[in-house]
Amino acid sequence: MLNAKQEIAIKVLVNGAELKSTVAAESTLLDFLRQQSGIVDVKCGCNKGDCGTCTVVYEGQTVKSCLVLAASANNKEVWTLKGLEDDPLMKKLQASFVRHGAVQCGFCIPGMLVSSRGCLMRNPQPSRSEIREAISGNLCRCTGYQKIVAAVWAVATETPNEGA
Amino acid sequence: METTIVGKGLPKFDAWPKVKGNIIYADDYSLPGMLYAKVLRSKYPAANILAIDTARAQALPGVHAVLTSADVPRNNLRAKFGQSTDIGAQFEGLYRVLAEKKVRFAGEAIALVAADTEKLAEAALELIDVTYEQLPGVFDPVAALEPGAYCVGDTDTNVVSRFKIRKGDVEAAFQTADVIVENTYRVPYSDHAYLEPESGVAWIDENEVITLRVSTQVIEHFRTIAEVLGLPHNRVRVIGTWVGGGFGGKEDITVESFLALLTWKTRRPVKLTYTREESLVAHGKRHPFQIKHKLGATKDGRLVAAETELIADSGAYIYLSPWVLLYATVNGVGPYNIPNVKIDTVAVLTNNPFSSAFRGFGAVQPNFAYESQIDEVARQLGIDPLTIRQKNCLQQGDELATGVVYDRHVGLSEAAEKAWQALGPKRENTDKNIKIGHGLAIGMMSYGRLTFLHDTSRSYVKIELDGSVLIRCGIPDLGAGQAQALCQIVGEELGVPQERIMIYISDTALTPLAGTSTATRQLYMSGNATLKAVREVKDRLLDKAAMLLGVERDNLRLHNEQIYDKTAPEKQLKLQAVVGRCSADGDEMYSEAQFNAPFTDVPISEMITGHTFADFTFGAYAVAVAVDVETGAVTLEKVVACYDVGRSINILNVEGQIEGGGVTSIGYALTENLVVEQGCLKSHSFAEYLLPTAADVPDIETILIESGSGIGPYGAKGVGEPSGNAMAPAITNAICDAVGARVTQLPATAERVLFTMLSQD
Repeated sequence: MLNAKQEIAIKVLVNGAELKSTVAAESTLLDFLRQQSGIVDVKCGCNKGDCGTCTVVYEGQTVKSCLVLAASANNKEVWTLKGLEDDPLMKKLQASFVRHGAVQCGFCIPGMLVSSRGCLMRNPQPSRSEIREAISGNLCRCTGYQKIVAAVWAVATETPNEGA
Repeated sequence: METTIVGKGLPKFDAWPKVKGNIIYADDYSLPGMLYAKVLRSKYPAANILAIDTARAQALPGVHAVLTSADVPRNNLRAKFGQSTDIGAQFEGLYRVLAEKKVRFAGEAIALVAADTEKLAEAALELIDVTYEQLPGVFDPVAALEPGAYCVGDTDTNVVSRFKIRKGDVEAAFQTADVIVENTYRVPYSDHAYLEPESGVAWIDENEVITLRVSTQVIEHFRTIAEVLGLPHNRVRVIGTWVGGGFGGKEDITVESFLALLTWKTRRPVKLTYTREESLVAHGKRHPFQIKHKLGATKDGRLVAAETELIADSGAYIYLSPWVLLYATVNGVGPYNIPNVKIDTVAVLTNNPFSSAFRGFGAVQPNFAYESQIDEVARQLGIDPLTIRQKNCLQQGDELATGVVYDRHVGLSEAAEKAWQALGPKRENTDKNIKIGHGLAIGMMSYGRLTFLHDTSRSYVKIELDGSVLIRCGIPDLGAGQAQALCQIVGEELGVPQERIMIYISDTALTPLAGTSTATRQLYMSGNATLKAVREVKDRLLDKAAMLLGVERDNLRLHNEQIYDKTAPEKQLKLQAVVGRCSADGDEMYSEAQFNAPFTDVPISEMITGHTFADFTFGAYAVAVAVDVETGAVTLEKVVACYDVGRSINILNVEGQIEGGGVTSIGYALTENLVVEQGCLKSHSFAEYLLPTAADVPDIETILIESGSGIGPYGAKGVGEPSGNAMAPAITNAICDAVGARVTQLPATAERVLFTMLSQD
């Protein structure tokens, strides 16, 4: 069993800035971002990998940050919603979410936007059911997903060649 | 009335901050020197607490407070649940902050810890020694009603409330029926599953005011919190955050009293955020009901009598059970014109998790029963689902079971027809293992609180000297666009674009109290209060403008920050200029207005008659399902919703309510199974309690009827809660249409559908 007091020094590139810290062996990337680094645009809805509110881009992949051990993120690159604010595809998604009324309480939205961007990066012209599949790891209790799917779909159909 | 801003699907006030990740939700907030709180919860559903020893926990370095019921100035209150009027003991309930003597449910809070870190607080919980004496408990509401049953509380009965409705003579009427359908339905617990767990931060400000920044639907709990601490009401301030989902689960007090006690004791800022597992255990659930329902009709499909008996499991504490039961009573046989009705309802304490408010609030449970029943009647008589509903559903001028004549527009027949027609013909199907079914269901639900609660709301509107506009309203925004609706109302009345309007919400110290964001009441109540305030300002503004322009006041119009004469548009003034003149003359352009709902008396007997609600919202769902006959798995292929919303203030937000309410009820119908065994919750996460994902649901087609007949601003009706009503029975009716099996218990999991099919073969 690990000694709970055992701390590991890590260095993570978060939203383009290098963050250094020591983390407990059992700390997750989510703990590191939210608790230690004050990056609170990443949300914690379950801390078990079920809800998707903590979704970030980790080494180019769309990942639930509560399922990544902080220690394993050493020397890795992480982008959260706020770090992607100048990303052209993210900007389009944000505007489309706003325009379509896809945002209700908003708690799922940072993760939902990151997953939606990941969906369009992998597959710039998804079908509606492919969009639904791609965001099925991100729960939303408010919207019934209808306007979220519509918002992603609108970006996909407006800009078929973008996002690769 | 023609409008330029009201009705439009404008971006919400809070939409951009939310997509940018800028909203500071409750747990996103921290203060220097802040401590972290944890709650020790009971292991057992029924036990005596013989002793609590906190010495070892207190001694742990970094622990600043360990509190039990003995440390709470007032641990037991007769709670009014955020209500300000006196509603009598039958509608109040015990609010106990921390368990004392007797534990009533597994997960009941026993002790609180505040420590330097979350880990330390968790470690301290392990060091609190509680000596329990386990008690038998009672876990079945029917058993809890029997004489000699284990008593959950401190009285000699488990009955929380009983209500009844009597109309005509059901016994005689059943004699005249050609068909009688009798079934028992069961609906389960459900969890709100808002994605933001309960959370808040508390501190003591420089004036010794206990201040809480918390995710809540009810900032008015500040009064109860003050009473728990033995402080005057004006020494507690609640600042409501933008709420990460509520659905009724943040209607009761969650973390507030715990935070207030810990910050009061330690004099340090304290944060408390529940884990998901704790959230599932700690907050109230939707009431499980057992519903016996007997429905009789003549050959021509005319309903002649309905008799129903509803038993609600209140769980371990009363909370909002009497209110929920009253809703269920009034909604017992649904929006049908039935000449003979007998309704008996009872809410019962058990040692299960406590039940309280959940979107749909006692209207959703009987809806499943009565909409299944009428479908069965139709099936037995060979009448189609639309015709039988249109033949019997409430029409304007009909009498509700409570004897009230409903004299406003009823959009039911139209909603049912539009939804059913939009569903279209059944799709082609060549797979012999798949059966396609179509189902229809209608529903009604009130918006606005029970009228005997004497509900009021206040709102403040001010035009600044530069013509920009400020709204202050103590309205908690749960994401449904509560704040945005007020902005559109004010923008409409003043002719000011949305970007020139700022709104401050949800603060007991700084915003006029607007009442709870519950009961689908905010658009109706605070919308009307805001409309009243802005029209009062507008009146004075137009008086001045008419004088300055030398024109008829009635000809003046406001548009795009200009005031002009509609008969001579060249006669115009800038809004800002008129505001400036008013101010120079000592007339500041602000108003705080109060809106009062209609008041009725508190029911004094079990017999419910007369008005209990100000108005209702009506709607329908039509769905297509595909049922796999080998596995019982149900796939929802098409959903159409049709609701009479009166008037949409923001069409996107109205559609969003219906789509979201509908999908929540898809979970209720098909997947969400909160397992409680002998009082212990067995569904600890979203891996066990299955919410619908985006991949589980089809596109929803929403059809809005705008009858203008509501009592909200511009004829709007509330839609938040009514929106989920009727989805579950539409689905089970479709399953029955597909495979001939009547599912009488939710959720209709594959297993349950298959067993129902096999048992009916």
